[in-house]
Amino acid sequence: MDKVKRKEALRQMVLVRAFEEKLEELYQRKAMFGSTHSYRGQEAIAVGVCSALAPTDVIASYHRGTGHLIAKGADLYMLLCECMGRADGYSQGRGGKMHMGDLSFGFLGNTGTVGGTVPTATGAALAAKIRKSSEIAVSFFGDGAVNQGVVHEAMNLAGVWKLPVIYVCENNQYAMTVSLEKSVAIKELSIRAAGYGFEGKTVDGNDVEAVYEAAQAAAAKARSGGGATFLECVTYRWDGHFGGDPGTAYRSKEEIESWKQKCPIKRLSEKLLQQGQLNEAEFNAMSRAVYGELDEIAKRAEAAPLPKKEVDLASIYASVEASHG
Amino acid sequence: MAEPMSAQSQGPTKEMRIQEALRETLRYEMARDERVFVMGEDVALFGGAYGVTRGLLQEFGEGRVLDTPISESALVGLAVGAAINGMRPVVEIQFSDLLPLAMDQLASHAARYHYMTGGRVNVPMVVRNKFATRPGGGPSHSSCNHGAFIHFPGLKIIMPTTPADAKGLLLAAIRDPNPVLCFESHHLYGQRGPVPEGDYTVPIGKAAVRRAGKHLTIVTCGGMVLKADAAADQLKEKGIDVEIVDLRSLAPLDTETILQSVAKTTRAIVLDEGPMIGGLAAEIAALIQENLFGNLKGPVVRIAAQPIPPPHSPPLVDAMIPDVEQIVDEVMRLAEGVKMRS
Repeated sequence: MDKVKRKEALRQMVLVRAFEEKLEELYQRKAMFGSTHSYRGQEAIAVGVCSALAPTDVIASYHRGTGHLIAKGADLYMLLCECMGRADGYSQGRGGKMHMGDLSFGFLGNTGTVGGTVPTATGAALAAKIRKSSEIAVSFFGDGAVNQGVVHEAMNLAGVWKLPVIYVCENNQYAMTVSLEKSVAIKELSIRAAGYGFEGKTVDGNDVEAVYEAAQAAAAKARSGGGATFLECVTYRWDGHFGGDPGTAYRSKEEIESWKQKCPIKRLSEKLLQQGQLNEAEFNAMSRAVYGELDEIAKRAEAAPLPKKEVDLASIYASVEASHG
Repeated sequence: MAEPMSAQSQGPTKEMRIQEALRETLRYEMARDERVFVMGEDVALFGGAYGVTRGLLQEFGEGRVLDTPISESALVGLAVGAAINGMRPVVEIQFSDLLPLAMDQLASHAARYHYMTGGRVNVPMVVRNKFATRPGGGPSHSSCNHGAFIHFPGLKIIMPTTPADAKGLLLAAIRDPNPVLCFESHHLYGQRGPVPEGDYTVPIGKAAVRRAGKHLTIVTCGGMVLKADAAADQLKEKGIDVEIVDLRSLAPLDTETILQSVAKTTRAIVLDEGPMIGGLAAEIAALIQENLFGNLKGPVVRIAAQPIPPPHSPPLVDAMIPDVEQIVDEVMRLAEGVKMRS
């Protein structure tokens, strides 16, 4: 990454974290419906991967998806409104935090079925291949998804058809509360790629530059007809699985603390400070601007109306008339 | 079968079987719209387990006619992603028994994306599958589980019974911006009939009155339309005039045509090849009695499959699914006194 890209990556990671902290605050004061799925600690993955993509590339995400949405270019007000069940949200309050989609910024969608959107991204890559376009697809999912049947099936097809897709496995080492050791008998999830006939790579998921470089290589390969890559990004979620989970019933305080020392934001900011590419005042001003912007957006979102209490039966289908052509 | 009373075409027609009508439709639309592609087990080289996709590989190439491994869930899941990303996939699933393998992708993804994204995402895809309970099919190759899918808002479901409808409905399905499940009855694959040439669609969500009658309405779909028709022929000789409503689409359901017919005849039987309990017949029976209770001359009767897994041996199958004799008996019971009144 060059200096400009590094600074932008740093700003985006701060933004992703600030967004999660804002959601947590809103959740605590019951201003948000449903639960949070905090992405704190994993910011380098969404930002590193999306920095390597073109605007026309598409991504599919999962329940812990706010980071991907932000890094791909979602509108923060509409995103926050959706989390808060407001009519101005991406899905008009129908989907909530786990269910959005908007092709205008290359977001195929996310759902709450673990592993359920891995075939969505794979199918989008198939579309690109059939159209002979240069776009690629990225599938974000957690380590908990790798033992779902449909994930295996989709990856196998990506291997057989050499699809332009990157499988980004965010290995935060726990599927809700069950550890990876209890879920798989291998140490590195990326070795599974061999079974599908494409390359697998394990990278430090808390090093945004390492993630970026690996994603860039995978993207170049996919774009040039080289097929899929399984990119395992080893990381850790600082918080519990959801809003009400302190995350300590199945993880030691020492373990959590040790991973906080590997904070992706701290790592990049210290590097930039040491190399003289950033000074303390600049960093603080940037952080303040990001947190300040989110405070303003949250105020607007809180004041935004809820959807009307009504059932619109027509809303389950796309209009046939509007789609002809 | 009596002449279809709707979907009459003005232009030239060609006589063909249902498989051929489906194949012609795929060819027609693949030639017209390069977003359309076909994938499924054995669909390319072999031409599909029932020959529906025969010749498509040769005409359109392996880029658009894809043989796949046995991965029903991913086939439907990839179709969802391809559809969201601008394509019009048509997936073949060999038996409806295998649809539950893809249930999450159908029910929680394909069906919901449009609604749950506030209408920002569309999923224009078709999943074709063969169904019917028949001897030799057995518990994993002859289910009639279409009724299960009416529980999932967002899916459209079609079930063509004539070659003309096979073309018209499939063409409408491929062009529809929503996910459409197409149930093709094994009992009907051999049916021959005139098929309009050129651009011919049948709107999804419109039933057809296959046979006009004044004493009793049989609401049915798929292969049961043939049995209803055979029963109606026998009943005609006894002076009982049966009207047959062929649903053609299970979702959205054409409630208007159903209710209009029963309002006229005042007696109704709902006939379905799927399991009776919690099924399609129950839904339609409830619809009729909720809307027409005061007009009915008797209970709305369900005739549907016995609630057992589909068996292998012919006598066991015959005992499980409705037959013509059973339909005639039920109509006679319901229509007692018809001649005196009409």
